[in-house]
Amino acid sequence: MEVAQQEIPAPAKTKETVEVSGSVALLEALIAEGTDTIFGYPGGAIMPIYDALYDYNEKLNHVLVRHEQGGIHAGQGYARTSGKVGVVFATSGPGATNLVTGLADAQIDSTPLVCITGQVFAHLLGTDAFQETDVINITTPVTKWNYQVTDANEIPEVIAKAFYIARSGRPGPVLIDITKNAQIQKFNFEGYVPCNHIRSYRPKPIVRKQYIEEAAALINQAKKPFVLWGQGVILGSAEQEFKAFIEKAGIPSAWTILGVGAIPTDHPLNVGMLGMHGNYGPNVLTNECDVLIAIGMRFDDRVTGRLDKYAKQAKVIHLDIDPAEIDKNVQTTVPVWGDCKETLPLLTELVEAKAHTEWLAKFNDFTQKEVEAVIHKELNPDTEEMTMGEVVRVLNELTGGDAVIVTDVGQHQMVGCRYAKFNKTRSNVTSGGLGTMGFALPAAIGAKFGAQDRPVVAIIGDGGFQMTLQELGTIMQTGVNVKIIILNNRFLGMVRQWQELFNERRYSFVDIQSPDFVRVASGYGIAGKSVNDRAELTAALEQMLNHNGSFLLEVMVTKENNVFPMVPQGCSVSEIRLK
Amino acid sequence: MTNTLNEDKKVLPAREDLGGVKQEFNITVYTENQIGLLNRIAIIFTRRKINIDSLNTSPSEVDSIHRFTIVINETEDVVRKLCRQIEKQVEVLKVYYHTNADVIWQEMALYKVSTNVIAEQVSVERLLRENGARAVVIRKDYTVFETTGHREETESLIKILQPYGLIEFVRSARVAIIKNSEGFNAKLREFERLEPGEEVIENEYLNQGQKVFTM
Repeated sequence: MEVAQQEIPAPAKTKETVEVSGSVALLEALIAEGTDTIFGYPGGAIMPIYDALYDYNEKLNHVLVRHEQGGIHAGQGYARTSGKVGVVFATSGPGATNLVTGLADAQIDSTPLVCITGQVFAHLLGTDAFQETDVINITTPVTKWNYQVTDANEIPEVIAKAFYIARSGRPGPVLIDITKNAQIQKFNFEGYVPCNHIRSYRPKPIVRKQYIEEAAALINQAKKPFVLWGQGVILGSAEQEFKAFIEKAGIPSAWTILGVGAIPTDHPLNVGMLGMHGNYGPNVLTNECDVLIAIGMRFDDRVTGRLDKYAKQAKVIHLDIDPAEIDKNVQTTVPVWGDCKETLPLLTELVEAKAHTEWLAKFNDFTQKEVEAVIHKELNPDTEEMTMGEVVRVLNELTGGDAVIVTDVGQHQMVGCRYAKFNKTRSNVTSGGLGTMGFALPAAIGAKFGAQDRPVVAIIGDGGFQMTLQELGTIMQTGVNVKIIILNNRFLGMVRQWQELFNERRYSFVDIQSPDFVRVASGYGIAGKSVNDRAELTAALEQMLNHNGSFLLEVMVTKENNVFPMVPQGCSVSEIRLK
Repeated sequence: MTNTLNEDKKVLPAREDLGGVKQEFNITVYTENQIGLLNRIAIIFTRRKINIDSLNTSPSEVDSIHRFTIVINETEDVVRKLCRQIEKQVEVLKVYYHTNADVIWQEMALYKVSTNVIAEQVSVERLLRENGARAVVIRKDYTVFETTGHREETESLIKILQPYGLIEFVRSARVAIIKNSEGFNAKLREFERLEPGEEVIENEYLNQGQKVFTM
């Protein structure tokens, strides 16, 4: 008789451990998280990490920026085009404080970032040591999470948490401050365990069927439903689900500037841009629709205008992953809490297929009106001087809507977002919530690293360009291929527009002088050209796009041009002015 | 009524009732024990220019979890929005808010008075009995009394002792317990239960050990 073979338990695999420094553990953690590019600037308190990085140059591409603000904006650009977490290194003190603008920008625009800052030795904390600042307290209001590491043993777990928090739920920036002793300290590293759960953290609210049903019932009864979508659709990678939803329900849909590109610009249900400089129809008809469906947007005041006169007639359905956004600004009738990638298909299933032809036609009538009053003139001016709009029009013709467009902040941003054509998602990179001048040049560098097979065009004003133009040095050193268009109106145009409209043309300190931008670029070894004549515009843009490598094109545009339509501050969206 | 900010839209008042009247609200926050979290929570109030009337924080009945009790005078609409912002913080497990009617609450006060004066001029026994106070310390030079109760109750003993030279007075923050709830313990178990298993990614460099790690 055979004896049943005894089951012998496999010997427990002994975990291999390796004694490494905190710095090495950090870099290993970054690699395990899929990081390929780091934007950073070294300094005293982060030197051990940079020393370790020296041996990792095949695995980790480090981009040396010219200023930490440039580094973090580049990280944002990278995250926005790639959908991955941007990684930024900076040293303690001034290095860390220079990140604050970018952190605030990333926080309000929900951009996933992990920033690593060096910190003085733990025993020096609180002694006003050289280049010591209380980075954790400075950055608390502008980060989704932050943490100070003083012991190397903490590094693998903390980095895992940082990535998980940065990219899950509503994404955001995370800052990890690591003291110098923890960077140097050796410890037994047991391999990297990614984080997928934190006891106190619920990245996604539980989807409740009841509200999906209520929302679907409202939509099915609606005569004039209207969809407002924001970046949440893109952050949730829910572009397909979104398209399927609006196409089945046949609902006209308008976008916030961070949402643009989730569906193509020329989609028949895409009725345009919302907000202060948005399109005429979407703004006016917000106060006429009967059901307003907000998807992954947060009712920013630049979108809503006066809240007490905003869509009062409408039942409001709000889909958002962040429960704190529900009822924050606009009281909802039905909240649909959850990731819109999960909630939209549930909703699509329950809504009836409809066309809403007449209602959609109303939007098109308004578009026609706007084309006649504003758009045609802006895109095809008969003035001698060029307009910002016509530059964007020619750019559209040449790129066919395939380019990533990065805009800075000001008039050109509104013109760029209004008129740029987008065929693909993750194509529009701009500073939405914070409105950071100086954002575009470094963000474009990062955007190119995040989308290397796509053309990246930065559209920047003469004001904003001078806030971070040192990043031309980063372009020079890395050879990254970024096309830069400076729309030069020799003014801080948006402030001037407000002064013209609301301050009796008292043009207080908006007249800005600029250097010869083409010569500045040339100093950095970057090709360039300046155009003042319409006849040269198309050829110049072609030359820029076809140029092998970065190119700076300055276009002199008309000085006193205003961006219209406009909802003046403190007015209702239906009081939008065409001129 | 326990307002757990969850997901329950139906407990909210109708659109036009919002805003409403200011009154005292007790906000209860369960958090991880984490350095800097107090600051993160405080910022939510300070950036909206809302004054915190009382703040108490201490370890809860659950190991490693702290409980904050925050009292503010605001409208329910504002309180709800604040609570959502607090609950959004990574290390916050759960936030509840309640009106005074929905909680049982106490504050503790200590009163230091001169033993001589008090012994000579007051009938101490009566004083203690009438005010529900007790003597914590009796020394030659001073005596410390303690009372616990609502603000008015602790306030009244100040008035009584003031004429006899109150040397020092201190009052604690409010602690509050929710009248009608299943308690946080059950909720916490739910938090723990949702924890998924861990998946280890072995370090891809470890096998190449020497090459990478000799520096």
